[in-house]
Amino acid sequence: MTGTFVDVSEYDRPGRGNGLIDVVRWRYLLGVLIRKGTATRYRNSTLGWIWSYVKPAAQFIIYYFVMGIILQNHRLEQYAVYLFSGIVVVNLFNEAFGNATNSIVDNRALVRKIYLPRELFPVAAIIGAVIHFLPQLAILIVVCLFIGWVPTLTGLIGFILGLLLVLALALGLGLLFSGLNVRYRDAQNFVDLIKMFSTWTSPVLYSWVLVADALKNHPWMSFLYTANPLTIAVELSHTAIWEPVVSTPIGLPDTFEAASITAVVITIVTLIVGQLVFRHYERTFAQDL
Amino acid sequence: MNRIEVMTQSRPSIIVDHVSKRFLKRNAHSFKEAFVSWIRGRKVRADSFTALDDVSFQVGEGESVAVLGLNGSGKSTSLKLVSGVLKPDSGSVLTRGRVAGLIEVGAGFHPDLTGRENVYLNAAILGMSRKQTDERFDDIVDFSEIGDFIDQEVKHYSSGMFMRLAFAVAIHVDLEILLVDEVLSVGDAPFREKCTARIRELAEQGVTMLVVSHDMKMVEELCERGIVIERGHKVFDGPTKDAVAYLRGER
Repeated sequence: MTGTFVDVSEYDRPGRGNGLIDVVRWRYLLGVLIRKGTATRYRNSTLGWIWSYVKPAAQFIIYYFVMGIILQNHRLEQYAVYLFSGIVVVNLFNEAFGNATNSIVDNRALVRKIYLPRELFPVAAIIGAVIHFLPQLAILIVVCLFIGWVPTLTGLIGFILGLLLVLALALGLGLLFSGLNVRYRDAQNFVDLIKMFSTWTSPVLYSWVLVADALKNHPWMSFLYTANPLTIAVELSHTAIWEPVVSTPIGLPDTFEAASITAVVITIVTLIVGQLVFRHYERTFAQDL
Repeated sequence: MNRIEVMTQSRPSIIVDHVSKRFLKRNAHSFKEAFVSWIRGRKVRADSFTALDDVSFQVGEGESVAVLGLNGSGKSTSLKLVSGVLKPDSGSVLTRGRVAGLIEVGAGFHPDLTGRENVYLNAAILGMSRKQTDERFDDIVDFSEIGDFIDQEVKHYSSGMFMRLAFAVAIHVDLEILLVDEVLSVGDAPFREKCTARIRELAEQGVTMLVVSHDMKMVEELCERGIVIERGHKVFDGPTKDAVAYLRGER
């Protein structure tokens, strides 16, 4: 065939992926990676999965004691349920976001040597976080059923949509920071900051009414607070789990609908930016790790 | 540029067309360093080092080609470009058919998982489905000579056992193009013999091969053609014997 010509379009270009779409095509590997993550998470630890219960329990007790009893937030009816139903959402976000950020660096042995669609790693990390979140959710549900919680269909749909919003946000930010983290390890510290803020900038420990009162003269700041995708998800969780068990629910902010749409837009933009930045840095992952 | 002239006898499986690859010697590794350098008007990006400079070669379907050169000449870089781990800065790398690499086998092994779990994990990483792995599992274990240790955690394996299992997985993947990079130095002599035999068998089945090795004897045995790379430039492309002679002459 020497001297003839071949058509380039019949050939593959190694290392060129289609971003998140590839994850669907490699779903078997995704499943195996997730199983690896859950199987090795508590290897060599005696208590194993009990840690998944101990850590949130300890966190819950501290917050309940300080925020509920010392700072008198227990004026909120069923403060324990209020606190827990919000905290699980933020914990899910923090876990998913943190895992996703470290996923590329943690899998450096693979990333450097074998080409795979690299989006697999953040996605596997996030699904791993969801699995980790299930025990907490189970406790929450059992406790609530015990104190007479009757779930409503709309409430549950809202709750699930809220979780999906949080996961999408975690994926977008996770792609962004896992890409940056390969070249600049400071990204990790920045992520720690965001994780710290996440608990306090959404109505987990207190009710949104206090924020609305404090920001009465700055309606746009109040709106910004509400449009935080985490606030939306936490509020949806409160609506689904906490409101049905109290006699005087506080309801949702007036701007909730507009804020929800804004939050969805923010999340989609984050996903797009995250994917673009990830792809930009992905080209040099193998040489930067 | 949608058409590329063919330089091989058969239809090319690998085309490396005017490829250059530069590596950056980075000057900043943190936001702070990058920022400080930027303030002081120093270079934030980095100095570059050219690993491959306008290299072109093709490997025809069913051909076995060796890439030869001294350390640091850019051999492994070219293999990594074909595998897709690295991307070229200019030019294009094109492949036809499934590429699998015996490049640092065992990269996907997790020490805390058992041999069995690792076989499934690595087979999936190399693109095999669950069904394919199930079908070949016994062959893989037989080839590796691991026996009962397959249900032990890999961290308890000797390094030889580890490499044997990793190699066994890699060699049982469906492929049309095989990239081999210095892995044949693993294991004891009988196992090495077995690996070489297996690779030869694949070559006879019509698998296209691109081999990087310092083992001239093996290269001459396996490959009919050799490409010599020197400081990022292709300096020779021809029969393996001549390529080896060229390289020896250089030294």
